[in-house]
Amino acid sequence: MTDTTALDKPESQITAIWRQFRQHKGAVFGLCVLGFLVAFVLLGPFLWQAETLKVSEALKLKNQGPSLRFPLGTDQLGRDMLNRMISAGMVSLAVGFIAMLIAIFFGTFVGVMAGYFKRLDGPLMRLTDMFLALPLIPLLLVMVMLFRDKIAKVVGPEMGAFILIVFAIGMTSWMHAARIVRGEVLALKEREYVLAARSIGAPPRRIILRHILPNVISPVMVAATLGIAEAIITESVLSFLGLGFPPDFPTWGRLLHDGLSYMQLYPERVIWPGLAISLTVLSVNYIGDGLRDALDPKARGR
Amino acid sequence: MLTFTLRRLLLAIPTLLLISLVIFLLVDLAPGSPASEIPLTVPPEVREKILESLGVNQPIFVRYFLWLKQFFYVEPLNGIDALFGTSYAEGMQRIISYQTRSPVFPLIAERLPQTLTVIGTAYLVGVAIALPIGIYSAYRQYSLFDQLGTMFAMIGFSVPTFFSGTVFIIVFGVWLGLFPTKYDTTLEVTDWDSFIKQMKQMAMPVMVLGLANAAAISRYMRSSMLENMQQDYVRTARAKGMSERTVVLKHVLRNSMIPVVTIIALGIPSIFGGAIITENLFGVNGIGAALIGAIRGNDLPMVQTLAFIFAILIVTFNLIADVLYGLLDPRIRYD
Repeated sequence: MTDTTALDKPESQITAIWRQFRQHKGAVFGLCVLGFLVAFVLLGPFLWQAETLKVSEALKLKNQGPSLRFPLGTDQLGRDMLNRMISAGMVSLAVGFIAMLIAIFFGTFVGVMAGYFKRLDGPLMRLTDMFLALPLIPLLLVMVMLFRDKIAKVVGPEMGAFILIVFAIGMTSWMHAARIVRGEVLALKEREYVLAARSIGAPPRRIILRHILPNVISPVMVAATLGIAEAIITESVLSFLGLGFPPDFPTWGRLLHDGLSYMQLYPERVIWPGLAISLTVLSVNYIGDGLRDALDPKARGR
Repeated sequence: MLTFTLRRLLLAIPTLLLISLVIFLLVDLAPGSPASEIPLTVPPEVREKILESLGVNQPIFVRYFLWLKQFFYVEPLNGIDALFGTSYAEGMQRIISYQTRSPVFPLIAERLPQTLTVIGTAYLVGVAIALPIGIYSAYRQYSLFDQLGTMFAMIGFSVPTFFSGTVFIIVFGVWLGLFPTKYDTTLEVTDWDSFIKQMKQMAMPVMVLGLANAAAISRYMRSSMLENMQQDYVRTARAKGMSERTVVLKHVLRNSMIPVVTIIALGIPSIFGGAIITENLFGVNGIGAALIGAIRGNDLPMVQTLAFIFAILIVTFNLIADVLYGLLDPRIRYD
């Protein structure tokens, strides 16, 4: 009577999530735009090589409009804007991504510790609350200002700025992830399968790594996506205020800062980097929205 | 309710003390501090004198407690003196700025009104735009208005204020020439003409900050309305034959406002942070600009004091949001 072959193979979780994700128009748009931007930054150096000009030539070619030779024009020192946009984008995206990784790693660690070990819960959550009450932008500015030169002496100005900013942003944006993870862990650790694991003598490390962590991945992924957007904005704010990356190692925020002085004559020099930052953040936020809808059916459509 | 408020209030004190310690230590122990900036060619006894004049030759915890005393005791007393003409604080050492060699607090008090007028207006404008959009978007979910509204919110939420501000300057300031690109702090409103001038120069910073705030708040408003629209009491209200207007604007709106009010309160300190950028961009001479100036000038007392004031703002508004939440939603009080 029963025809088992007529039943479809049950959907794997990832396919189900992908199917849900595709329904969110904004998320698909975000994925396309972000994919384009990442490709622009990663493949750009191979497809577009700026000519190496002598200083005298470069000075004659400064402040050029868009042309076949310089698709986005040149800046006040005769540097090719397209080339600068590509290399700046690489740094901007790398800062966002690595700062997010640090924040998520640290946040998940704190969250799991606070959620799993009752004794640590109080102190760790007070710590989280305290970090949430810190005035972040002023503190980041102070940190960059005070530590930049010292770190630059050790690892060089470019690497110094990169490491300092990435760590500073990472260490000041883990709090949301910690709170989310703690909440999830508190609920998960009362489940039967955790009890079962404990009753066969699994040590806490194993229970956390094998049973609890895989189940907090979905909220962490949403937090991670939104974290990239936040990190990119924070970095560009620092660069915009002139306290981020040095001008010869630019990010999109730094290019915008450099373009500000020439805004009235050459507005496109502000528009391009600003547009790139905005599009990245917008697409990342849309992807985060879509992911949340796909992973958490209750929140759909809100 | 009183115990709830008291408990939150008491919890805020250790948080603030800890934050003050973090800010003080971070700024003070950093390698860029003034003690390390003095050239080595300066003879040791002159170096001693310099350090003494800056007040940095004492052990760090002494300076920390001195700073705390100055912040919480001496400066308020000075405030009272200035208000009532008394002289309680005479002879007490105040927090002195390295840059101007004058007390920090009057400098901040000078800057604050600029920040408050621009930011306060911007926040009010933001809330006034956000609430109707959020309410109507939720009421007509998936309509064209809702889709446009959500898209507007998402864009406003994602585009950083320094970029939207720059675009505004280019479009309204440079191309159309409608508004001045720089804010004139010395302008005093005395008659109609200067009032118009003031409005014109405030328009762009207010629009930039207001739109960014409106985007975030309208998202919360919409999702909170959506959550409440599906509740049973809404169906009951409709079944009783109440007008759609009463149902939406009285029953649903009141319940949806609970989380939104706290979000509005929570957003206030963060816009002070956002003001740093806007003030820098438009040349508003407020406390955000003061902070940047102090950081550039290595003016540690000013930086410490301003950063701590930002922290107090955050903690205070968190507290206000908590208490408001408890006041509006009795279920929260007994957590």
